[in-house]
Amino acid sequence: MATKPNIPNFAEIMNDIKSGKIFSDIAKQITESQIWTSSFRHGYADTPRNRVLQIASNVWLHLHPVKIHRHALRIKFTWCMGGITFLMFLVTVVTGVILMFYYRPVGEYAYYDMKYLQYDVPFGMLMRNMHRWAAHSMVITVWLHMFRVFLTGSYKPPREFNWVIGVFLVTFTLLLSFTGYLLPWDQLAMWAVTVGTNMARATPFLGHEGPFAEFVGVTSRYDARSVLLGGSLVGPPALLRFYVLHCILIPLIAGALMIVHFWRIRKDGGISGPL
Amino acid sequence: MAAPKKNENDLPDKLHVWPYLVRLEFLCSIVVMIFLTVWSITIDAPLEEAANPSKTPNPSKAPWYFLGLQDILVYFDPWFAGVVAPVLIIVGLMLIPYLDVNPKGNGYYTYTERKVAIWVYAFGFLVLWIALIIMGVFLRGPGWNLFMPWQYWDPHKVVALTNVDLPYAFGFRDYWMSSLFGGAVVIGYFVIGTGVYFFTERKALKSVGFMRMFIKINLLLIMVGIVIKIVLRLGFNIKYVWVTPWFNI
Ligand code: HEM
Repeated sequence: MATKPNIPNFAEIMNDIKSGKIFSDIAKQITESQIWTSSFRHGYADTPRNRVLQIASNVWLHLHPVKIHRHALRIKFTWCMGGITFLMFLVTVVTGVILMFYYRPVGEYAYYDMKYLQYDVPFGMLMRNMHRWAAHSMVITVWLHMFRVFLTGSYKPPREFNWVIGVFLVTFTLLLSFTGYLLPWDQLAMWAVTVGTNMARATPFLGHEGPFAEFVGVTSRYDARSVLLGGSLVGPPALLRFYVLHCILIPLIAGALMIVHFWRIRKDGGISGPL
Repeated sequence: MAAPKKNENDLPDKLHVWPYLVRLEFLCSIVVMIFLTVWSITIDAPLEEAANPSKTPNPSKAPWYFLGLQDILVYFDPWFAGVVAPVLIIVGLMLIPYLDVNPKGNGYYTYTERKVAIWVYAFGFLVLWIALIIMGVFLRGPGWNLFMPWQYWDPHKVVALTNVDLPYAFGFRDYWMSSLFGGAVVIGYFVIGTGVYFFTERKALKSVGFMRMFIKINLLLIMVGIVIKIVLRLGFNIKYVWVTPWFNI
């Protein structure tokens, strides 16, 4: 290459950026480099057949249909809220498993394990923060998702049943958040859960302070609230119960419901839209 | 070679998920994850002193997403605010697709084609749920008293409780007469409300169906009833409308 280097002027560069030529040039540079060609044995030809295969032969992506309506892509329509809710759920699963390595749901240890996580475990504080803020975000995004689904009338036939599943999902999202709230075993946790579960005392028929309790014979040690708490106040048995509910039972139920939710979106003909 | 302006109508109606949707999901996830990471680096999750069953904080607040329900406790007994109301909310939400038979507005944003539905949902969600939560988080202080943001949370603030029951306000002094009167008011509210609705919407009865209309109007009356009770309490110092030996409303 002994010829005079071809120095482009400003207008040419802008033109290249505008037309996108500069990106295809960079892509070419990369994909034709030795490192790239030695790592990937063949290229990806952007053909309709390959676009379909990318979805259909990928175990994760095949949750999607291979083609969707143009309107379903509009962020102004879905607000992306269902997807973000799911992303928040995944974040809490990953960070939650990491927290579980360090946390023991026992009255004597729980609070000190939180301190340990915050001050001694590498990235422990970050994991705890991400878990908590993702959980709170999930509560907000699921409400917004629901609001969007209502405003677009997407619960109307044929999607009635997916709305019902959705109501279960929002309930379990709140229960997930609520059971997790107790686990730090600090003042905030204990009393918020005390206030929350005090309601169960007043359950008609089944709570010892509820209407008609005298006809059933429930007592403070044996009623709807004590079943929830494993005792008559928020103590170590309640901590263990909430831990098992929070880490095992409710995530399993919510996860299963999400699978049904996603499957029904496809069976009901994809994201709703004007016909 | 600037791309010519595309005409929406010339484009195909169906698109490949790869790349059009997958790349959107990917971008959206990256933006959200960056946001969440920055948030988690800058703001720490709260951790107060160790749990102590003998030291009750004042005020004791439920997690923020339940504060709407906790606020309803001011106006209703726990069996309603804590148990019956949540159950009604969940069941009522599940019934929405089966009660709303308006075929219009399926899959697009419209206000004009379903005004009532949007008003009811927006009122329930934005006012009865979100506004009460905001009030519970920021304005409820010790003793669950209302404090403006600039006011000091005085734990010794005393608010005179001058509330009376509705039958008392109407001059009833005898227990059983009061109870009868209260019962008549509550039941009358539902009976008359239902009756008026069926009368004004009698033409719809055949196409919509009795059960559907009956459930719809009664759920609506309960929702409006909660608002009425809040207004009665705040505006007229009424505690209960109906007092019985077993439950009070
Ligand atoms: C854990 C909670 C939830 C997750 C992860 C979730 C996820 C999703 C996703 C990813 C979509 C695709 C479209 C979009 O992003 O908007 C969707 C659609 C839908 N969701 Fe959810 N959702 C949840 C809760 C709910 C709730 C609470 C409701 C309603 C009560 C609901 C009702 C629906 C309906 C009816 C559709 C179809 C919308 C349409 O066709 O336009 N979902 N959901």
